[in-house]
Amino acid sequence: MSFDPKRDYPLGTRRPDLVSTPGGLPLAEVTLDALRDGRIDSGEIRATPETLRLQSEVARAAGRKPLAESLERAAELAAVPDELLLAVYTALRPRRATAAELEDWAARLETHGAARTAAFVREAATAYAERGLLAHA
Amino acid sequence: MRSERFASRDRRELHREQLISPLPELGLVASGGPNDPEPELVVVSGAVLRMDGKDAADFDVIDRFVVAHGLDLEVAAEAMALEDAEVARRLVDVDVPRVELVRLARGLTPAKLARVIGLLDPVELMLALKKLRARRAPSNQAHVTNLKESPALLAADAAEAARRGFAEIETTVGVARYAPLNAIALLVGSQTGRPGVMTQCAVEERRNLELAIRGLVTYAETLSVYGTEPVFVDGDDTPWSKAFLGAAYASRGVKVRFTSGTGSEALMGYAQGLSMLYLEARCLAAVRAAGSQGVQNGSISCVALVLSVPGGTRAILGENVLAAWLDLEVASGNDAIASHSEIRKTAKLMGQFLPGTDFVTSGYSVMPRHDNTFGGGNFDADDIDEWLTVQRDWQVDAGIEPVAEDEVVRIRERAARAVQAVFSELDLPPVSDEEVGAATTGYDSRGMPDRDRAADVEAADELLARGVSGLDVVLALDRNGFGDVAEAVLSMQRQRVSADYLQTAAIIDSEGLVHSAVNDPNVYAGPGTGYRLEGERWALLQSLPNVVDPLELTGGEPEAEPIVVERGEAVKGDDPAEVVVAVGPAFAAAIRRTIADLHHRDVLEAICDGVREGGGVPRIVRVRRVADVAFIAHDGARLSGSGVALGLQSKGTAVIHRADLEPLDNLELFGMSPLYTLESYRAMGQNAAGYALGKRVGPVPTQLDNYARAKLIVRTTLLHARETQAVVAGAAPVELELAVPVPST
Repeated sequence: MSFDPKRDYPLGTRRPDLVSTPGGLPLAEVTLDALRDGRIDSGEIRATPETLRLQSEVARAAGRKPLAESLERAAELAAVPDELLLAVYTALRPRRATAAELEDWAARLETHGAARTAAFVREAATAYAERGLLAHA
Repeated sequence: MRSERFASRDRRELHREQLISPLPELGLVASGGPNDPEPELVVVSGAVLRMDGKDAADFDVIDRFVVAHGLDLEVAAEAMALEDAEVARRLVDVDVPRVELVRLARGLTPAKLARVIGLLDPVELMLALKKLRARRAPSNQAHVTNLKESPALLAADAAEAARRGFAEIETTVGVARYAPLNAIALLVGSQTGRPGVMTQCAVEERRNLELAIRGLVTYAETLSVYGTEPVFVDGDDTPWSKAFLGAAYASRGVKVRFTSGTGSEALMGYAQGLSMLYLEARCLAAVRAAGSQGVQNGSISCVALVLSVPGGTRAILGENVLAAWLDLEVASGNDAIASHSEIRKTAKLMGQFLPGTDFVTSGYSVMPRHDNTFGGGNFDADDIDEWLTVQRDWQVDAGIEPVAEDEVVRIRERAARAVQAVFSELDLPPVSDEEVGAATTGYDSRGMPDRDRAADVEAADELLARGVSGLDVVLALDRNGFGDVAEAVLSMQRQRVSADYLQTAAIIDSEGLVHSAVNDPNVYAGPGTGYRLEGERWALLQSLPNVVDPLELTGGEPEAEPIVVERGEAVKGDDPAEVVVAVGPAFAAAIRRTIADLHHRDVLEAICDGVREGGGVPRIVRVRRVADVAFIAHDGARLSGSGVALGLQSKGTAVIHRADLEPLDNLELFGMSPLYTLESYRAMGQNAAGYALGKRVGPVPTQLDNYARAKLIVRTTLLHARETQAVVAGAAPVELELAVPVPST
């Protein structure tokens, strides 16, 4: 199962063995037959955190550090519920949240294992405080 | 005083636009503004203390974000120490590889980036863009919308766009609640046209994410960034919120592209006195720092504002180069209407069209611009043949393929039928056969039957409530005889699972293989390297439906009855009233009609009649040794009893000549053969007789059509080739007589 980010891309064609759905269905088994038999539901059609981490490694190996970091955040956010995702986005918009509220959202993200994204939110809170972009308490 | 010429120019389309002199305090300066900061970077113990004229304490959100996530301090000391001109030279030096330039860019501040780009002239910018594009081969993106939000028409247009080779197709909505219906129509249509085309529906972020989560779209480019803090904040975002959103989209399997462009800060009122290109450098530094794989840039919706100031077109090309240099995928604008003037907007396009970008336009309007609800349509359905022809002219691949009319009609109908089936299967308001028919062959949505729009939006809401997804679309297609389209839509769902298209500049081919800057990078390093339009692709892009086989253009009438008969070698005549009509080697033989489609018998008869009316005696000879009209006429003149002859090429060009003149001199030249009628030839005969008899002769009135050459030069060439093929070197001239026509039965 070794992975070489410089050689194994695209995963879908070079390393389908490394790719599965959130429910564990291998990529090769996402077929019309499986769909007709009712073996796939729509929740299965998304990248897992593991797949997104592999994509992050591919980006890093290609010299694209900011893209790699974004894909790492994406890997974390894959496990975050839609509503929380949208709530955090709203809180990060200008003057929507106080420093304390942003800290609360960061903590919520951490409970979903999104440590890097939580740090990103805290970094935003610091910048917002200095630029007057926090909501007034 | 009013000049009629100035007045005429004032009425041209160009003059609907305003040009202004620069006004830097409002940001109305393309590049190199007087208030742009000097490039500067002060780093102490790994901390940035000053950048581009500001202390760290004064950094706004953009500066802070770029310093925190973009600027690579390991490269910065080396890169910032380079002279501007040295960096600029490396950008156009084919021996400095893209990888090295991208590495240096990571260590350059926005002011330095803008300064270096400002040193390149337009051709240097094009070379730099060709070198710096992320993906090996260029491609293109289509807009597909219509005012009635007709699903059959959306599907048909998406299918045509896909079939024509667009790698991405973008739609949007007039009424927000339509989004899922339009997304489905686009998905079904695109995959009918060509499997692997990526689609998006540009709507508000929450709705967009929902469409993505359901597998109805695969990319988004709605994430706008701006170059000053007040404008960024007026856009209700910060670099952190946009970067978060980008990661959120990626987490749901959506390819993300940010959007920026020169002129937006001035338009939104807070350019802070800075030039458009410098502010775009700040945008792009932020886009890269946010971890976007790419950007839609090239002024986009502000293009007409940027073109109002001097150097605007150059600055827009400059921003595309800057984005590519920062290792971003570039969808290079050319979507919003840049100018009323066809010349001006095409001239602007060449900056991206010739070097090739990841997406030459960020929205070519596949339908007439009347239906373009993006406010786009800079190039639209009616311009496609021009686009294809310019590709063929330059031997350049700008991402659109020629497709025959029959095939376009076939694919449009199939897509409209497919979406009809999907709507039926998903219990959406039905798509009628009448709609399918109008979508297949109609011009735009004005020809589409009206739908019950209230029922449509209600059904769209309900569709979302039911949790309908891309998989339901697959099943609906499968159950209705669209198995191949079902497989294609399912393949797009599989792409979401493997997420390969999240890498830089990714597109998907019809076999489902992802091509991105990772596995298919641009490695241009000078002549003979990189992507070149040749082989099968070049054969495809030159085979336009309107191209004809040149051999078909001059089809003769080989079995037809003879027009003339030969009567032996021609000798000099002695009748002082004689006018020789000297025809070319192929006349009335291999060629039987002039370029104006006059039959050679009729032409000869008209000339002879004219000669007789002028008091002369016509005699017809064929000159065989040359095909040039001057020599044909001069040879004829030397045989003529009067010394005057009318020379006539097979295509219809004529000269009146006299034996004592130099061969390339003449009495009258008739070079506008496409314009001549039998009356013209009769008048030439009359004049020739007049010269023979020594009368006063006024020249035959001639017309001028400067377009005749453009229209007919190919046929002229082919006809003349036949004439020269009939030449017999050194052969003597022969007497001709008009053949007696065979009576028709």
